[in-house]
Amino acid sequence: MNSIDLSVKIGKLKLKNPVLLASGTVGYGNEISELTDLSRIGGIVTKSVSLKPRKGNPPQRIVETPSGMLNAIGLANVGVEVFIKEKIPFLKKLNTTLICNIAASSVEEYVECVKILNEEETISAFEINVSCPNVKEGGLIFGNDISSVGRITEQVRKETEKPIIIKLSPNVPKISDFAAVVKKEGGDAVSAINTLVGTSFDIYSRKPKIKNVTGGLSGPAIKPIALAKVLEIKRSVEIPIVGIGGIMNWKDAVEFMIVGASAIQIGTANFINPNVSNEVVDGLHEFCKSQNIQSITELIGSYQIENV
Amino acid sequence: MIIEYCTITSIEKVKPNIYLLKLNAPKISSQAKAGQFCNIKVSETDFPLLRRPFSFHDVDGEEISFLFDIHGEGTKILSQKKIGDKLDILGPLGNGFDVEGEYKTAIIVAGGIGVAPFPFLMKNLKDKSIYSFLGARNENYLYQEGLKNVLISTDDGSVGFKGNVVDLLKNEIEKRKLYDFRIFACGPTPMLKAIQKFSNEKNFSCQLSVESAMACGFGICQGCPIETSDDSYKLICKDGPVFYAEEIKL
Repeated sequence: MNSIDLSVKIGKLKLKNPVLLASGTVGYGNEISELTDLSRIGGIVTKSVSLKPRKGNPPQRIVETPSGMLNAIGLANVGVEVFIKEKIPFLKKLNTTLICNIAASSVEEYVECVKILNEEETISAFEINVSCPNVKEGGLIFGNDISSVGRITEQVRKETEKPIIIKLSPNVPKISDFAAVVKKEGGDAVSAINTLVGTSFDIYSRKPKIKNVTGGLSGPAIKPIALAKVLEIKRSVEIPIVGIGGIMNWKDAVEFMIVGASAIQIGTANFINPNVSNEVVDGLHEFCKSQNIQSITELIGSYQIENV
Repeated sequence: MIIEYCTITSIEKVKPNIYLLKLNAPKISSQAKAGQFCNIKVSETDFPLLRRPFSFHDVDGEEISFLFDIHGEGTKILSQKKIGDKLDILGPLGNGFDVEGEYKTAIIVAGGIGVAPFPFLMKNLKDKSIYSFLGARNENYLYQEGLKNVLISTDDGSVGFKGNVVDLLKNEIEKRKLYDFRIFACGPTPMLKAIQKFSNEKNFSCQLSVESAMACGFGICQGCPIETSDDSYKLICKDGPVFYAEEIKL
């Protein structure tokens, strides 16, 4: 059983296996830890933390769509101060790698957040959210602007030695250009993809089903797009990729690793099966065993594409 | 809060559009409280993708039941289940009704399928005198099994009082000179709004069970906020679904 090595590295960050829980789908760990063993997975990415608390968007915030869902939560979170005081003590006890996701509405705010949180030993890495589609300031305004992404990476890099993962938006013409900028400015990795902008209307009232009008699409509906984006980055930039987008089971996780992901994040699936991450870890182990794979790293970018 | 794979012991169409589903759930039943709910996966495929939330209708030993109307694709699939089928159920979720305290009478107010959580609640109100006010569009939407001392209103007047259930409630409180009571209400938002206004004006003790579309049902997705009187948000799934009338904005 122990002969198979599931550990992976995202730059300097070592994980016991490639399975992470995506930001915004695990809260700060307390609720979901009642339903799954977080110590068995690679790690968790916290709900976005911002410098000040954010109330989030008014309801309706979510709606189900074919094989997916739209959300416009609006980065509702407790803010850095409460996060440190009330959430970190519990997160410490989880015995899992903690990646802190940070959202902000200015470069200075990102820097300030990282500066404060860098002191927390429990945090192993930062994921910088430059791609939330549901807030007016920050979010996509940064995520869609390549020079902003570069500047944020550069400035945050100055504040921390910890690994920095930049979470990229798929709502751009060429995602690999953004990954290249992250690499150039000293980022350790990129995570791809954040949600895709979408909407849904009620045909009788003719009103949008979510108050924010548009929301971020997630779930199995976006998996083929996410895979294509990961592959695009893998083929043009040498930077570790954390693959995200509609992963529902271990097969999806394997697929993401084949197209180039060094690790993966499970998001929407946690809402449906809160124990899915443990099942994915077991599935990856079984798959490696059956395929005679000694180290799961053998899968990363192992795609077989014939030249046409 | 656990996930249990429960076997369907009975599924019955009790009204043209209303179904009663019973399952064997040894674990969830032992933890359940009236007013709480479960998040049920109605399909093993990605359609529908998300679970669907249902209040406990009743709990009897190891058996739990849910009362639902066909509202969309999820409930349609659920209505087609058969005895012996297994369902993946997450629960119990939410806070439930607060029955503690000194009051003589419990007043139930239910609108349509909002009657769902009350048979279970009845079991926790054994030392109270009970009035159940039940409102519906017409007879086809009236389901009163498990309620005690039922007073009915219908929009078309086909059964009971013609008009809405809140007017009936107001009339009867006055007529019967009811006092020292607590109101427990569940139903469509306009009905809850009217009860909230009435009970806040009169300073009645009143609990409202509200509903919302949900993804996770246990607080991680932040998808089901409700505005509170102090202008912040609470989550319907985790902080509710039952709130004091003065606590929330509807």
